[in-house]
Amino acid sequence: MQARNSTAYFEQVVLPHLDAAYNLARWLTRNDQDAEDVVQEAYLRAFKFFTNFRGGDSRTWLLTIVRNTCYTWLRQNRRDELTMFDEELHNSPVDCAVLNPELLFEHSIDLQLLKDALAELPIEFREVLVLRELEGLAYKEIARIADIPIGTVMSRLNRARQALQTDLLQQMSEGKPL
Amino acid sequence: MNCPQAQALLQPYVDGELDLVNTLAVEEHLQTCTACRQMQRSLLTLQEAISGEALYYKAPAQLQKRLQLAIRDANQRAPDRPRLPAFRLPVFQGSGAFQQWRWVSVAAALVIVALVGWGVGYTQHTATLDDALAQEVLASHVRSLMATHLTDVASSDHHTVKPWFDGKLDFAPNVQDLAQTGFPLVGGRLDYLDGRPVAALVYQHGAHFINLFSWPSSGADTAPRVNVSQGYNLIQWRQAGMTYWAVSDMSADELQGFVKLQQQTVTATPTTYK
Repeated sequence: MQARNSTAYFEQVVLPHLDAAYNLARWLTRNDQDAEDVVQEAYLRAFKFFTNFRGGDSRTWLLTIVRNTCYTWLRQNRRDELTMFDEELHNSPVDCAVLNPELLFEHSIDLQLLKDALAELPIEFREVLVLRELEGLAYKEIARIADIPIGTVMSRLNRARQALQTDLLQQMSEGKPL
Repeated sequence: MNCPQAQALLQPYVDGELDLVNTLAVEEHLQTCTACRQMQRSLLTLQEAISGEALYYKAPAQLQKRLQLAIRDANQRAPDRPRLPAFRLPVFQGSGAFQQWRWVSVAAALVIVALVGWGVGYTQHTATLDDALAQEVLASHVRSLMATHLTDVASSDHHTVKPWFDGKLDFAPNVQDLAQTGFPLVGGRLDYLDGRPVAALVYQHGAHFINLFSWPSSGADTAPRVNVSQGYNLIQWRQAGMTYWAVSDMSADELQGFVKLQQQTVTATPTTYK
């Protein structure tokens, strides 16, 4: 009786975040079928650890598990995609020189190009952008999910946006429509 | 606010992560500066394009069903899941002297439960207070970095930083430059913690900043205690009548090294004069 109740409660708390879970897994694995498998694995893990869930923000809790499951899965299946970016090497203290002087706002952006450019970003840049822009999460929540300091969230977001802009502007200068 | 300052805050500004004061300062600057306004519009253009529905992968319709089946299946295969034991009233069994003993033991158990409950409640209460303070310290640290308001007085010279606090605080903080041991002093700042004004000293170590907060408090000295929160390390200790909190995103080991150096300077220089 109690077990059935806890299943129902689990579904009620965690299933509403299915789109968020799938979106993150899809962006990290970059493949439909793999994303489905990872999400299923993540939900089973979440169910197993559900007794540890103490209320609070269930989306952040679930996305942390999804993200970790993705990384475990990539380590086992596509290790080469996890070449970690060397933070120390590229880090400047309060690194906030935000933008290229080029003016992206004068153009309307081709969404397919943008999608491809985002998919090509290194995984640690991709994940912060997806969590920030597609899930609308705060720096604090992103820091918790990706297990990095808030300062690192900011500098990664900054670099990710710079890389995207440079990429899009380059495509444009090569004569492709933007 | 000048252009580099405004540009450093643009990203947290469009992400809605700035406090009110800095939001207003950025907006004021944007009204007068075309270059920064164009950068802001570029950021917004990009943000708008990404956050639209086109880039969001919605879960396929059958996935929810698949998950529910998998969860129920996993649930059935784990029959050792904890269940509530059937509840039985422990009275009306046995008789006479035995029954009386039972009442004594029940009463004793109740007393113990009450005492333990009180004790647990008490320690949990203080733990929550400490946690709240740790959150406050962490928020101050993060805010100091985010708002480029790291220091009110920027100097690596403790003879400049220490007198600066005179008249702003009712105590004289211990200010030491630790450049020779790898932690140069960047400056000082007034902050507000635990319901009172406190001294915040900023040190740098490689690419990392350390905020060292201190204020007077009564009580015996305590050994440094490490807290970890949101990827930051916080170390708290009490020494010579002062409470100290050191917070940084560098590793706990490095931060402990820093704390050790600080502790040594306190014993070396009594801070009772002003």
